[in-house]
Amino acid sequence: MENTITVYLEQENGERIPLETPTDMGLSIMEVLKANEFDVPAICGGMAICATCHVEVLESGELPEPSDDEAYMLESLPHATERSRLSCQLKAKPELDGLVVRLMPEA
Amino acid sequence: MITTDICIVGAGPVGLFAVFEAGLLKMRCHLVDALPAVGGQLSEIYPKKPIYDIPGFPEVLAGDLVKNLEQQIAPFHPTFTLGERVEELQKQEDGSFIVLTSEGTQIACKVVVIAGGLGSFEPRKPAVENLEQFEGKGVAYMVKDPETFRDKKVVLAGGGDSALDWTIFLANVAEELTLVHRGTTFRGAPESAEKVLSLAEEGKINLMLKSNVVEVQGNGKLNAVSVLVDNNANQKLDVDYFIPLFGLVPKLGPLENWGLELDKNAIVVNTTDYSTNIPGVYAIGDINTYPGKLKLILCGFHEAALMAQSAYNIIYPDKKFVLKYTTVNGIQELA
Ligand SMILES: Cc1cc2nc3c(=O)[nH]c(=O)nc-3n(C[C@H](O)[C@H](O)[C@H](O)COP(=O)(O)OP(=O)(O)OC[C@H]3O[C@@H](n4cnc5c(N)ncnc54)[C@H](O)[C@@H]3O)c2cc1C
Ligand code: FES
Repeated sequence: MENTITVYLEQENGERIPLETPTDMGLSIMEVLKANEFDVPAICGGMAICATCHVEVLESGELPEPSDDEAYMLESLPHATERSRLSCQLKAKPELDGLVVRLMPEA
Repeated sequence: MITTDICIVGAGPVGLFAVFEAGLLKMRCHLVDALPAVGGQLSEIYPKKPIYDIPGFPEVLAGDLVKNLEQQIAPFHPTFTLGERVEELQKQEDGSFIVLTSEGTQIACKVVVIAGGLGSFEPRKPAVENLEQFEGKGVAYMVKDPETFRDKKVVLAGGGDSALDWTIFLANVAEELTLVHRGTTFRGAPESAEKVLSLAEEGKINLMLKSNVVEVQGNGKLNAVSVLVDNNANQKLDVDYFIPLFGLVPKLGPLENWGLELDKNAIVVNTTDYSTNIPGVYAIGDINTYPGKLKLILCGFHEAALMAQSAYNIIYPDKKFVLKYTTVNGIQELA
């Protein structure tokens, strides 16, 4: 469908769950995960100040650079890796088609 | 032992406003919060952000709303236990309660109001082998009294503002101070980052970038940490204290074991008065759930008003509650 991409959430057992994601609604990947009832606390509602929407990007095309706020948050997280992102800061855009993420422990 | 009418667990906006609603009905409140300051999420997560949906305030900073609430409840002289987490609830034979905190404080009360929001804010813990085993024996998640670290060997971990601030402060206190940081840059306040880098250049602190503490060791008490440098070499440091500073995350924590009816980490309540399945225990604000629940400050305030009327019947079983407007009666201070 036009204006729709597929992003995948990788489960602990390696299974990748496809999530149909509209690109014309200004949704973030955090919102897409929540809308699909995955357990993302996202307590700050997408303001890059709680890090409870932390994901690791397993596969993607080119991703936008993190903003200073996002980079600051990621830098101060104990479990972050080179591939960590805050899912609330990744906007669902056509370039993200095929993105694969896994949820990271928040604490 | 502290004795009061209502013990409020959580001093966020909803717990604070509950003091007002209870005070109008001449009920005294004692508040307990795990954080050292009142205000809950507003003080901890977003003190400088404006809120636009508080009736009568087209715009108010979260921190200012908390200050206003403190002013509004001052005539009712609430008392506080801050920096202590509520752990246990003991029901007494006469139907009253004793609330126990992590530091052993006891509060005797007739009604318990849980206004615990998202739960108590706990330190975010890194994945370090043996870490929990050494908590209180050299591993600390907070600097409560900097003097504890005087002339000691201290390792701090983290790359945020609190790690930078405490590195600067403890540089003059500790005998030897190491800051371990996973990244290569600091995005905290630029002045703090510069100061930390210059302390490292002057040899006053030991700065380990691209490094992670992976294990803590000791014999009853912490005496060493292992640091993985640049994902390959392991370096062992002799230390007295290890302080990981990675911010706070909310956890429901001990409330989970009180026998309350829960639904996905929230307490199920009856919407006529926000009572829980334990008589005399109410739950208001973000911590409760019911069909149509909205996690908004405004909704928590409403719940506090209904809770107070119901609690009145427990505290004054022989008196009939009559609604009075503050417009007519003003606010009668509690002595
Ligand atoms: C970034 C952000 C923006 C927001 N913006 C708005 C907005 O514009 N408008 C709005 O209405 N709402 C907003 N909210 C939601 C609002 O902050 C919450 O609805 C509100 O804080 C709930 O208040 P509360 O008193 O129930 O809980 P909290 O504010 O979470 O306070 C609960 C307190 O209880 C303490 N506690 C918990 N368990 C224990 C225990 N066992 N022992 C001791 N203490 C304990 C905690 O330490 C905490 O201080 C926002 C939230 C966030 C994160
Ligand atoms: S939802 Fe809080 S940082 Fe993303």
